[in-house]
Amino acid sequence: MDDYILEMKNITKTFPGVKALDNVNFKVRRGEIHCLVGENGAGKSTLMKVLSGVHPYGTYSGDIVYNGEVQQFKTIADSEEKGIVIIYQELALIPELSLYENIYFGHEIMKGRSIDWNETIVRAKEVLKKVRLNIDPSMKVKELGVGNQQLVEIAKALSKKVKLLILDEPTAALNEDDSQNLLKLIRELKEEGVTCIMISHKLREITAIADTITVLRDGTTVCSMDCHEREITESEIIKHMVGREMNNIYPKREKREFGEVALELKNWTVEDPAKGREILHNVSINVRKGEIVGLQGLMGAGRTELALSIFGNPYKYKLLGGEIFVNGEKKHFHNPKEAIKNGVAYVTEDRKGNGLILIQDIRYNITIANLEALTDGLAINANEEIKVANEYKERINIKAPSIKQKVRNLSGGNQQKVQLAKWMFVKPKVLILDEPTRGIDVGAKYEIYTLMNQLVEQGMSIIMISSELPEVLGMSDRLYVMSEGKITGEFLAEEATEQKVMAMAVKS
Amino acid sequence: MEKQNEKKGIGAEMLQGVKSNVRDYMMYIALVVIMIFFTWKTNGGFIQARNIANLINQAGYVAILAIGMTLILILVHIDLSVGYVAGFCGAVAAVLMTKYNINEWLAILIVLLLGLVIGLYQGTLVTRIGVPAFVTTLAGMFIFRGLLNLTLQETGTIIVPNEGFNALSNGFIPDFPGESKVHILTMIIGVVAVILMIFSQIKARRANQKYNFKVPSAPVFAMKLIFFSAIIMIIIWVLANYHGIPWTAVIIGVVLFAYNYMLNKTRLGRYIYGIGGNAQAAELSGINVKKVTLFAFCSMSVLAALAGVLYTSRLQSATPTAGLGFEMDAIASSYIGGVAVSGGIGRVTNTIIGTLVIMSLTNGMNLMGMDISYQYIVKGIIFIIAVAFDVRTRNARK
Repeated sequence: MDDYILEMKNITKTFPGVKALDNVNFKVRRGEIHCLVGENGAGKSTLMKVLSGVHPYGTYSGDIVYNGEVQQFKTIADSEEKGIVIIYQELALIPELSLYENIYFGHEIMKGRSIDWNETIVRAKEVLKKVRLNIDPSMKVKELGVGNQQLVEIAKALSKKVKLLILDEPTAALNEDDSQNLLKLIRELKEEGVTCIMISHKLREITAIADTITVLRDGTTVCSMDCHEREITESEIIKHMVGREMNNIYPKREKREFGEVALELKNWTVEDPAKGREILHNVSINVRKGEIVGLQGLMGAGRTELALSIFGNPYKYKLLGGEIFVNGEKKHFHNPKEAIKNGVAYVTEDRKGNGLILIQDIRYNITIANLEALTDGLAINANEEIKVANEYKERINIKAPSIKQKVRNLSGGNQQKVQLAKWMFVKPKVLILDEPTRGIDVGAKYEIYTLMNQLVEQGMSIIMISSELPEVLGMSDRLYVMSEGKITGEFLAEEATEQKVMAMAVKS
Repeated sequence: MEKQNEKKGIGAEMLQGVKSNVRDYMMYIALVVIMIFFTWKTNGGFIQARNIANLINQAGYVAILAIGMTLILILVHIDLSVGYVAGFCGAVAAVLMTKYNINEWLAILIVLLLGLVIGLYQGTLVTRIGVPAFVTTLAGMFIFRGLLNLTLQETGTIIVPNEGFNALSNGFIPDFPGESKVHILTMIIGVVAVILMIFSQIKARRANQKYNFKVPSAPVFAMKLIFFSAIIMIIIWVLANYHGIPWTAVIIGVVLFAYNYMLNKTRLGRYIYGIGGNAQAAELSGINVKKVTLFAFCSMSVLAALAGVLYTSRLQSATPTAGLGFEMDAIASSYIGGVAVSGGIGRVTNTIIGTLVIMSLTNGMNLMGMDISYQYIVKGIIFIIAVAFDVRTRNARK
């Protein structure tokens, strides 16, 4: 009865020492939006890589049946020829090239032996219109925001006559507005007959958009649910993902007692010399001892820039005015080192980019920011270092065979825990967490929330930057909303609702 | 798991060990193969005591340069100027000793300070102004080559008469007075070195066991110790039957020990690996990236000055051609010794093995009387094979 565009049958894929996929069955109906969910390491990306030919035919067992025929893709080009296009989480656009060059990169329109640029520009404009980007195709990619870049990726897919579009966490880096925009576009594509497989961690989006939801866990298919037969709830998906009921996404804190102000910022105004304009205007915020303060805002509101300008200003923004007070004392940090010495720590949103040293092991990553504490005389005390690293590994449940494991080989959640361990070992008074749960699975999220609660109960202050509204609302005692470099609102946790916060976040 | 390991037996464990460290073992295997090959081709001439001592003396300046270069390469920079910095500093030392009659030890000190100044100049350009190291040191190549020529313009090649100075790369450590066929002090140093090596290895193994890290089984560990002890003792025995340990070996040993200690035990060392692994993460961890990088360039140029002293001492003269191609030997030594092309990984102890590979090739091909043109080609090929092999094995491990 059902018309399947794709059937993946009994797919098994092993890497040295790991069975990444174990007899996975995955069926996609023609013209539907099919969401693929699962914890990190469940095998979603591997499955898509098998489908698109990144893992070529012969390196896995099982069959890929596409449009009724068994396929043997050896390269991505093979699968693209059949209309299967995959868009990765890390966008694959070239910043310095124009939109039209990017869109037709790899399948240039030829006139004889040379590229027909005129035709390219005309057609690029057409596909850009299809994704509702009415902009000049000769703009450079780097001039666009992340949200629009994502749309350009989709335009690129459309230019390849896509039949089956695979999106790997398309909204992970997008703000609420851009995400909604993108989801709307995916629905429109569906109307036009494009089948879409979407990998996502954002369950709210999934329940809103999916026709079918397939859950993977530990390399096997747990279930495939039809969203039109009955309503699928988030908690049901979570149950399948983790294999247990999760009633409390946000753990409750026993003690909510706030001390004096630990960090205060007054009239903080900052210019980014690279952009030549002010990125923060007159920002005044504070956080008390034992308090979690949320910092909500859309992408580009200036939250990360605010955190970095507090944390010793490593990217050399120009401070035009304002003061920092730590425990009531006025401070001026010239570099991250001084900020750390004064009890301020910053856990970056980009753990692979500027957070962890991936080629080093867990031990070295945990201790790098506070080696002073482990040094007697000239040498680092290796025994003490191992002890410290082991303690943190146990305490925050970093899952790895030993602290000598390279951080590169850990899952996203465990990498994030290593980052947290590193900054906990610095023993800061104020901990700034930038997107602490981005791209990590539900189980690890819960552990990180619990850890945050423990830390504030012990008297630490936390500033949490997050794009996920429910998370900010669920974890914060108080929250600030930022928009275009300004604080546009401040709420106590009890008063805040998603509607109120969003209203402030889009204010300018 | 534990049980399985026991069952596998010693042979399987050793094979496993070789497999997982194939990169390191290849380097030793290559060295042994090269040595055997040249011994065969030169009818045993290569392995004779005289030649081994010669090889060490020849390798001196390259080893010193390669140790400094390892730091630079770990930090994902490069220093192309080291050859002519060495040549220039060596020439200055010669001028100071002959023209100005300055005591040789003072002259060496002055030249090392000169190296420091050069390092400050290049390091500041790289860290404060932001000129890429490749460009800065390429310019340095021109500048210091010019300065070298200028220094020797009036005199041409300067013959250095100072005996103490020349002994650095031609002399041997003294022995106890008395008539003996073998060099007693050399033997004692060898035995002490072996005992220290065994002691420290056992200590490290105990520490690893204490924290339940994986360690090789007792027989494999013992075989490893016996193997390394035997190699040390063979070299010592060969040298002791000749004139003993060359002063160059002592200098290399001291520099190697200091840098190995710094990289493995101190904060500075950890920061160097950290910056090489991810400079942005290091910066956000409170590390002063610029200061550490500046240090690496200063250390490089000081070592280049020392290399210049060794080279001048070796030739007993300063010549306008000193320094030609030194940087290639130094960079090749580091990469053959396992420094990652992408930075963040590398050990100075392995770099020394890389130096031995490169210098054994040079020495062996010279003994065979091979044309210098072919020598360059052979060295280039070995270099590229080593790096290609390195890149492949690292990718495979990902």
